[in-house]
Amino acid sequence: MQTQLPESLLDSPQGREADAILRRCVHCGFCNATCPTYQLLGEELDGPRGRIYLIKQLLEGEGDADTVRTHLDRCLTCRSCETTCPSGVKYSRLLDIGREQAERQGTRPWQQRVMRWGLRQLLPFPRRFALLLGLARVLRPLLPQSWATALPAVNKASVAGANIAVRHPRRVILLDGCVQSVAAPEINCAAARVLDHLGISVQRVTDGGCCGAVEQHLSAPQVAAQRMRRNIDAWWPLTEAGAEAIVSTASACGLQVKDYGHLLRDDPLYADKAQRISAQVKDIAELVADSPAPSSAGPRPRVAFHSPCTLQHGQRLGGVVEQILRDWGFELTPVADGHLCCGSAGAYSLLQPVLSDRLRADKLVALRRGSPQVIASANIGCLMHLRQGAESSLPVRHWVELLADCLPNK
Amino acid sequence: MTAASPQAALAQRFRAFLPDSSILVTETERRPYECDGLSVYRRLPLLVVLPEDINQVQRVLRICAELAVPVVARGAGTGLSGGALPLTDGVLLSLAKFNRILDIDPLNRTARVQPGVRNLAISEAVAEHGLYYAPDPSSQIACSIGGNVAENAGGVHCLKYGLTVHNIVQLGIVTMDGEQFTVGGTGLDAPGYDLLALMTGSEGLLGVIVEVVVKLLPVPDTAQVLLAAFDDVVPAGDAVGRIIGAGIIPAGLEMMDNPAIRAAEAFAHAGYPEDAAAILLCELDGSRAEVETDVMRVRKLLAQCGAREVRIARDADERALFWKGRKAAFPAMGRISPDYYCMDGTIPRHRLPEVLSGIETLSRDYGLPVANVFHAGDGNLHPLILFDANRPGELQRTEEMGGKILELCVAVGGSITGEHGVGMEKINQMCSQFSAAELTQMHAVKAAFDPAGLLNPGKAVPTLHRCAEFGAMHVHDGQLPFPELERF
Repeated sequence: MQTQLPESLLDSPQGREADAILRRCVHCGFCNATCPTYQLLGEELDGPRGRIYLIKQLLEGEGDADTVRTHLDRCLTCRSCETTCPSGVKYSRLLDIGREQAERQGTRPWQQRVMRWGLRQLLPFPRRFALLLGLARVLRPLLPQSWATALPAVNKASVAGANIAVRHPRRVILLDGCVQSVAAPEINCAAARVLDHLGISVQRVTDGGCCGAVEQHLSAPQVAAQRMRRNIDAWWPLTEAGAEAIVSTASACGLQVKDYGHLLRDDPLYADKAQRISAQVKDIAELVADSPAPSSAGPRPRVAFHSPCTLQHGQRLGGVVEQILRDWGFELTPVADGHLCCGSAGAYSLLQPVLSDRLRADKLVALRRGSPQVIASANIGCLMHLRQGAESSLPVRHWVELLADCLPNK
Repeated sequence: MTAASPQAALAQRFRAFLPDSSILVTETERRPYECDGLSVYRRLPLLVVLPEDINQVQRVLRICAELAVPVVARGAGTGLSGGALPLTDGVLLSLAKFNRILDIDPLNRTARVQPGVRNLAISEAVAEHGLYYAPDPSSQIACSIGGNVAENAGGVHCLKYGLTVHNIVQLGIVTMDGEQFTVGGTGLDAPGYDLLALMTGSEGLLGVIVEVVVKLLPVPDTAQVLLAAFDDVVPAGDAVGRIIGAGIIPAGLEMMDNPAIRAAEAFAHAGYPEDAAAILLCELDGSRAEVETDVMRVRKLLAQCGAREVRIARDADERALFWKGRKAAFPAMGRISPDYYCMDGTIPRHRLPEVLSGIETLSRDYGLPVANVFHAGDGNLHPLILFDANRPGELQRTEEMGGKILELCVAVGGSITGEHGVGMEKINQMCSQFSAAELTQMHAVKAAFDPAGLLNPGKAVPTLHRCAEFGAMHVHDGQLPFPELERF
């Protein structure tokens, strides 16, 4: 596509990257076909092709930044468009640049700024989040219905298997994450048990923290970079000491860490380390897929699997979990439009509730259609979001928990 | 009282029945609508409206007719001939919100759909009944059925199953003055003139399509795809003629040359041989016995023509993968070139080798690489001229070369468009294809539906003056085309 970015911008690495991405786009519109918001709204400005055009305008020194930002805000960053794009446009990179420009050039209403600031102060901090969650649980009867149902249940089995001894020569670092460590600690316990069963021991890192995705996607890339550097420092000694991989059970966090190499590429001190860390990150599915499934097949529930966007579009691991579940003897129910986002998308469900709710409603219809006994997914955001919309008789769980249930000596 | 700008006045009228979010006024919002899939042609529309029901469409059109404001309808905006290119003094009428499938009738094998429904979404929705919608333009994932009708879209499977016109039975139309009417019917024939065929491919000049009843076909028992690799383009072209000549009607017969193979492979990972000069994809469908026999015959013919390798898709997944690469071949060009210009000429099949070498000569003369992707079976060529719009003058050279390719098609007895429509892109070549008398009759047809000439004016059928202007540049045998017309 023809571009006319000003020379001043083309002198910067960011400007050159944006120009290269824009020029790859041939404006075919295939992306709109698999874009959740375009499918809902039927509006060019709310599909990837239109957003690319809006960003192009902004970078070319035209276009109203507030209008552009409104439409960029509606993007889920699900990256379904990247899976679809035949010309290989790196949309999400361009989006990051566009969002930064729109934020800089425009004025976000103060209510939105407060909301976004609040989320940045809350989500990445497990203790603050836990405190608020505890408080909210106490006040549940006083909360509006939608908030009350959003609260994750208190988990009693949470610590079972939390402290399995490091006993195998194969060792990995298991990321605790921020929100997940508070809202669903049982997931990593299940992961530790499954990995232990497969002959892999799990090490935890206490002085790491949030992967930086929250800040990265709430227009605070500098804060995100600080977190990334801190995590690299925390993980480095263990990977040097022979941990073979850094494993995440939350596909969004895994994706963010896989991006460290790119995000810190201009950091003189951390660029190389970030590259190496990113190369070592694995979603837990990548580890489990490499190991044989247990032969003992007990009764297994019928599963509807929702592949998170960060897993299938971001990490390009579509189909891997599905195959694992089949190998372990689970029956998968067919799910239409599996490429579409459930509407969770990080903080999106809180920032764009109307669109988010519509996407979840559609997703749940698709998931329920094959009459599953359980819905499984692979990312904490999707799990919490779907749980909020699903009836209590249909549990929503991380797939690795289903695997842990199959193991002996539960 | 001060006179409001035409834009503000129109927006004011539309606000009576459309929400603010469905009327795009600011330049920032209108800019992304300035082009369709042919992004080198751009014009900022005066206003964009996004109605959601037929009544709103009627009201938009009535107001525009009253104020003599031209209207361009747009679906998914994936067209490659600039058919939905807006007008600076006109309203762009987006039908993208009309994206519901209204009714599926598995017994009658029809589906009633809104115009903004994606082509592929129809086949997906009726799959549970063992049915599908046959025409499959390569952009079928994204293009919408209203646009398919307006352009009489084709696709890979048109060789056996026909174009859009052969696969629809009824249309709901709104005229420029807001009147709604239906053409065709749910039976196979309807009394009176076949207005359904007239409307199909009319490129938005006669009416706005607001509903389509499509014909559905049962999914064939068996389908099989062969992939044949050639070290030279010419024998691949010959093979096409031999297969058709043997009385076989493949469901699809497609050809790609080396640059196209490489770009498509980079996206689809379909296992195309990246060192081949050309590949043919040949789909055969029908009963099991029929397909088995045809596969053997085609395989033999391909080998006789010098194919160095013939592969048969192992299963349905690999078959889908073979087609995925082919269907993504145009946009995959973004991997090897910042811009491409897609031609859409047709030629008699047996002239294929000759035309291919003609294109190669033009490519050398103009210094612009060409990738060839085409519906070889029906002689519909899609040479893609690769260029860089950021380089001054390159677009003009590309357009000129494209024009030469189309004139070459006409010279060997073909035509300037197979399935993408004339739109804005091929409007000048219409003057080579048709005489003044023929064009005059086409204008008379338009006037019968849209006397004020407000629907998509300036597209598809050139004015005689335009031809005179264009013709003035191309003097053949010392004779000006249309000598009777005054020059401006």
